[in-house]
Amino acid sequence: MTTTAQVRSPLATPDGAGTRPDRTTKPGARRLSPLNILAFLALALMAIGWLLPFLWAVATSFMTETDAASGGSWIGPSGPTTDAYAAILAQGNVYIWAFNSLWTSAAVTAITVAISAMAAYAFSRLEFPGRKFLFGAVIASIVVPPQVLIIPLFYEMLAFNLVDTPLGLILPQVVAPAMVFILKKFFDQVPIELEDAARVDGAGRVRVFWSIALPLSRGILAAVAIFVFISTWNNFLWPFLIINDTNLMTLPVGLQTVISAYGVQYAQVMAQAVLASLPLIVLFLIFQKQIVRGVATTGFGGT
Amino acid sequence: MTTTAPAASTATVVTGRPGARVRHATGERRETAAAWGFLTPFMIAFVLFLVWPLLHGLYLSFTDQSLTGAGGGFVGFANYAEALGDPVMWRSLGNTVWFTILSTVPLVLLALVMALLVHRGLPAQWLWRLSFFMPYLLASTVISQIWVWIFNPQIGAANRVLAWFGLEPLAWLQSPDTNMYAIVIATVWWTVGFNFLLYLAALQNIPAQQYEAAAIDGAGPWRQLWSITLPQLGQVTVLIVILQMLASLKLFDQAYQMLGGVASDTTRSIVQYIYEAGFVGYRFGYSSAISYVFFAIIVIIGVVQAFAMRRRGEQS
Repeated sequence: MTTTAQVRSPLATPDGAGTRPDRTTKPGARRLSPLNILAFLALALMAIGWLLPFLWAVATSFMTETDAASGGSWIGPSGPTTDAYAAILAQGNVYIWAFNSLWTSAAVTAITVAISAMAAYAFSRLEFPGRKFLFGAVIASIVVPPQVLIIPLFYEMLAFNLVDTPLGLILPQVVAPAMVFILKKFFDQVPIELEDAARVDGAGRVRVFWSIALPLSRGILAAVAIFVFISTWNNFLWPFLIINDTNLMTLPVGLQTVISAYGVQYAQVMAQAVLASLPLIVLFLIFQKQIVRGVATTGFGGT
Repeated sequence: MTTTAPAASTATVVTGRPGARVRHATGERRETAAAWGFLTPFMIAFVLFLVWPLLHGLYLSFTDQSLTGAGGGFVGFANYAEALGDPVMWRSLGNTVWFTILSTVPLVLLALVMALLVHRGLPAQWLWRLSFFMPYLLASTVISQIWVWIFNPQIGAANRVLAWFGLEPLAWLQSPDTNMYAIVIATVWWTVGFNFLLYLAALQNIPAQQYEAAAIDGAGPWRQLWSITLPQLGQVTVLIVILQMLASLKLFDQAYQMLGGVASDTTRSIVQYIYEAGFVGYRFGYSSAISYVFFAIIVIIGVVQAFAMRRRGEQS
């Protein structure tokens, strides 16, 4: 098993021109060694296993209802069809739900990131009485399960007359103590010298925050935004409780009502599942570098 | 370092921003004003939507409040006494703990194996990341639909897989013997991607020099794995286990939806019981009391883990 170690040394010399600069490559794992072939097979097998359930749902969504109900394999006896998609899109409500999900998730994300970043900056950079206590309270609140809050929150929304309104859906979701914690840790790492230079030049706290701290933290802000967006988009319990009006429902809640009504139409159910998932899968494919790097820079790794 | 920086900055602030109302205030007071400017929006939301509901919920748990506003009288510890003597509450708690044990082990181990394999830097990185993380992007509604379909006893894929191995078909979600395992399988598939990313990030943070030094000393891949990689993952593993346990204890969405909203004695989680007591039985006071029993358990686990972590930190 010392082979890879010996194989590595020629790669380290300048003549190893063919090696790709791969960020995730760790030394000692580049060559077509038996170990790497084995790893590749294991990886491929696991990846296929992980993709299969979703691929199978996609395949089913292109079947006729008869084929789907008889348990057809990849392509049913009647061949592929887009009937299921046509049936769902004809319902009209799906567009409204998707639109609701999109704008409410975007609103929650924007508000959460803005207020969390400001609070995190204050906790990281500013001196004020009670700072330790307040930050401690915010950190401690991370362990509060959101489910414990649903009943009093529901009462509060009743009192504010916000039940069955978009505001009632959005506002309670903008408190994210974990995000404040992550952003504070990030601001702690930004060299204070950069800010001091700006302050010597006469920039106030707001200027420094806006034109130095925020631009430097673009990567982590993107990562936080993506995670908030994913979890808000997929949130079920709160939208399920607070919204009754069909026209105000989000996609997960709206689809759930349809499923309860037409539970046996498998092709349509799967087509709905695929339609509801596509936006986030596209989002991940576009931003996957930021997501992975974001997790890395949150300080979860290492240390 | 922090002693000089504020001194320098306060001096510049006083002269640097004329016209501000607090011009004559000391630097510290100005700093405090700025801090509250930054903090206020978050703190308002924090108090309104977290602190206040938390306190109000505690108050509700001592009343017999119902949804309609009827009742609401103070009942002391009656709700808590009832909860502690309620077999359904204990059963739900037991189910939740059982689910947490069943799901945490594979969710940590599989994530580690996935991250170690992907970190080898083999070709098609984006494909591996997408495969393992993609389910995490799906709504609980979607994963429930997919897995109800897979676990369909007549036409689902799960029984076909069993048939390949010559095993008898199961009534997965319909049978009380198997429905919890079906929910665990779906949950592992759904959420392992997040832990996988955390492990991958931790692996990328291990300095390459350590491997180079070990390789020069003649350490092979297995030796490097045991002596460098795994020990360095200790801290992130503690973090992942804590996050995972806290997440698993909150089981509700997928279990509720995979069983079509039907309460099953073998899968009803504590959160589902909170939901049923409050929003089906309209007993908000009782529901709040169960919430606080649940919260107390989470806090106890959190405190125990924090102590364990601190001791670990002191040792290293």
